[in-house]
Amino acid sequence: MNEPGLKDIWVYLSTSPLLGLTITLVAYGLAYRLYLKTNSNPLANPVVTSVAMLIILLLATGTSYSDYFEGGQFVHFLLGPATVALAVPLYQQFSRLRQLWLPVTISLFCGVVIAAGSSIGLARLLGGSLEIQMSLAPKSATAPVAMGISEKIGGLPSLTAVLVVITGITGAVLGTKLFELIRVRDDTAKGIAMGVAAHGIGTARAFQVSSQMGAFSGLAMALSAFATALLVPWLVDLLEAWIPA
Amino acid sequence: MQFLNGITLLLVYQLVGEITVRLLGVPIPGPVLGMVMLFVTLMIRGKAPESVDQASTALLSHLSLLFVPAGVGMMAHFGRIADEWVPITLALLLSTIITMVATALIMQVTTRWFAKPVSEKEGGDE
Repeated sequence: MNEPGLKDIWVYLSTSPLLGLTITLVAYGLAYRLYLKTNSNPLANPVVTSVAMLIILLLATGTSYSDYFEGGQFVHFLLGPATVALAVPLYQQFSRLRQLWLPVTISLFCGVVIAAGSSIGLARLLGGSLEIQMSLAPKSATAPVAMGISEKIGGLPSLTAVLVVITGITGAVLGTKLFELIRVRDDTAKGIAMGVAAHGIGTARAFQVSSQMGAFSGLAMALSAFATALLVPWLVDLLEAWIPA
Repeated sequence: MQFLNGITLLLVYQLVGEITVRLLGVPIPGPVLGMVMLFVTLMIRGKAPESVDQASTALLSHLSLLFVPAGVGMMAHFGRIADEWVPITLALLLSTIITMVATALIMQVTTRWFAKPVSEKEGGDE
């Protein structure tokens, strides 16, 4: 009989980080190939397809998220150094940024306040619980930053991480169409909007449009991570005073 | 070796960022402070070393991969999301659209106001 042998292998694999890490990379590799096959159609965003593949696989094999995350955490961890790495494109675009510092500062400030204010306001109007409102508030900032803020203002950090990813995907999928619709053609404006609203996933999409849009999106993502960390806790207190929950 | 040096440096900045944030009790996430400190260092040095450039390009070119494990976390929150799916999906979708449209328009308008004292390019709007 082969059965006990296979079972032993499965027991080993399901408790070791190797499996979670490998399936993450394989799923992303497949998803990325599919994305290239569809001529980079935003609807085939590799994050959507790889997350869908992994969830189906985990549900089908009865593997829990925490078992999967034993391996997934190694990829997740790299979000930290990747945030630090944003200093490099920021530095390379500095001369352009210096010319545009006033418009960029105004747009970032407004963008960050609108992102957090509108998600809290809309969730409240639609009857969402306070926990949901607070988990949604930092959704446009990059994952490690958003999770930290969510914890501070009374949201659920792990739910925030999910909402951050969905927000990024939404922005990446809708972005270019929306900019066409409102007739914004300047790559710097498109990049700033993408980075403020849809962080890293939007930035990955922006780099496919042009390197300038990508650099400005990365810049906006880095600066808005900073601005969100400073502004959102303060904004939450302010909204608390204005609109009773 | 270059890549290894680069990634080590990024981790050192993140570590210093995390420690500083905790020591000073400032409300900024550690990696963000690390980014600011690296940016200041690059400004002072006047150029990005090859190693840091390589490591950051490698990390940032597959940035979307890094969000996948967090996205899979959706399965741990199915119940929660199902309970409040109307406020969650509508608020998320509308807020993302509003933010993107408003930011793009504000950036476009303010760029025209401030960044063009000398008309470097004919926009045709003056």
